[in-house]
Amino acid sequence: MPQYMLSVHHGAGDDALPTDQAVIEKMFADVGAFNERAQAAGIWVFAGGLEPIETATTVDNRGAEAIVTDGPFAESKEWLGGFWIFELPDLDAALTWAADGSKACGGRVEVRPFQSE
Amino acid sequence: MTDAHAAVERIYREEYGRVVASLVRRFGDIDIAEEAAGEALLVALERWPADGVPPNPGGWLTTTAGNCAIDRIRRESHRHAKHQAALMLEDDTPHEPTGIVEDDRLRLIFTCCHPALAPEARVALTLRLLGGLTVPEIAQAFLVPETTMAQRITRAKKKIAAAKIPYRVPAAEDLTARLGGVLAVVYLVFNEGYLASSGQHSIREDLTGEAIRLGRILRDLMPEQPEVAGLLALMLLTEARRPSRVDDRGELVPLRDQDRGGWDRALVAEGHDLVRECLVRGRPGPYQLLAAINAVHTDAPDASATDWEQIATLYDQLYAVAPSPVVALNRAVAVAELDGPEVALAEVDRLDLTTYHAWHATRADLLRRLGRSDEARAAYDAAIETSGNTAERAYLARRRGSLAP
Repeated sequence: MPQYMLSVHHGAGDDALPTDQAVIEKMFADVGAFNERAQAAGIWVFAGGLEPIETATTVDNRGAEAIVTDGPFAESKEWLGGFWIFELPDLDAALTWAADGSKACGGRVEVRPFQSE
Repeated sequence: MTDAHAAVERIYREEYGRVVASLVRRFGDIDIAEEAAGEALLVALERWPADGVPPNPGGWLTTTAGNCAIDRIRRESHRHAKHQAALMLEDDTPHEPTGIVEDDRLRLIFTCCHPALAPEARVALTLRLLGGLTVPEIAQAFLVPETTMAQRITRAKKKIAAAKIPYRVPAAEDLTARLGGVLAVVYLVFNEGYLASSGQHSIREDLTGEAIRLGRILRDLMPEQPEVAGLLALMLLTEARRPSRVDDRGELVPLRDQDRGGWDRALVAEGHDLVRECLVRGRPGPYQLLAAINAVHTDAPDASATDWEQIATLYDQLYAVAPSPVVALNRAVAVAELDGPEVALAEVDRLDLTTYHAWHATRADLLRRLGRSDEARAAYDAAIETSGNTAERAYLARRRGSLAP
């Protein structure tokens, strides 16, 4: 069965994380309910939320020695905030779950299939 | 090419969608289906001119292509384990209890028009797989380089395979929304052909015929969907007027000045029958309402006999289901006939459509009728500048030239 990554990207403006405590609490509750539904449906593989982009460290060991740098690999206006990995029969099913996930977390969700081989 | 070959290719093109759709279901792979259909054509070109066309050419092509696909998969299976798996693929789509017609072409068109594909890719795939047009033909019709079109189609097919875009008719609860996407593709193909300027772009003009053919297929497959009938009627009634739409000098002829004797009466009659059928059903939608508006126009023996009251009412209904400034603009044209150009101009000026050539052209005509020549001249200039169609520009330029000083 194909696996899909449903990832949530944050950024400035529209995609900024909410700061209002009530909004944040509702988001947590909604995402919790969404996660429970996915587990009950038997499609759950893995999911996680990431700490803010300021906590990122980049390692480059393509050369003679590993170079460790503070920050993301590329300065970008958007960054990955969290993701779900679900096992689903086809893209239509993934898009349906993504729509509910987007509603729950209040962010845009990108759907990508994993390589099958 | 000999006549016999041309005849084989004509039948092949006619049956192509059915053959490919059936092979996609059987082998689960669009590329295998296309290659096998291509091989079946070669066999047909060799045998039919000598043996005669078989009684069921579509069935013959499907069987032959299926055998070609199996041979090829066996030959290549040591290299492509995936293709061997395709051999064993079974159609596990559950039977639809809702009574939706099962036809492979219907599945294929919903795959080709899937919302996860880019709109231009939906159009290209539909014409390639359902319409049987070649990649060079599609590229020429959309005025893009052949390599660009080939890449567009290849990328879309890769996405269908990698992301597992399903090959099935959507469930009843999603059908209306997804059908809207399919109808939009067909109408876009039609308009690409219809709005093409005359003469040098015959392949583009062939697109109207192709869109009508797709519309007829959809109508056969989904006779219960009133919007499918509505779109077909809209295309037929628009196509019927084509012979009178551009004059000998390549200038656009507006509806009110068209020679109605030049309209294709068979298409008009077919369109009117479909509109009547939609009225009986009583489930109006945007395509049915546009078709009904065109039916009112094609019902009038001459322009002065047009039932503008009816047209304004239909535009009101259309605005209620599809509110857009373009609909409001077209409604204003009817208002000008009913309540005069001054009332219509006030409605037109409220619309934010300054980049739309028809808005400028409508304003120009209303200002001309009100005797405001200077303003009309400026509006014609703006219309000529924003119109991309040579026949329309020629018409607008002549109107501008005939304004009172």
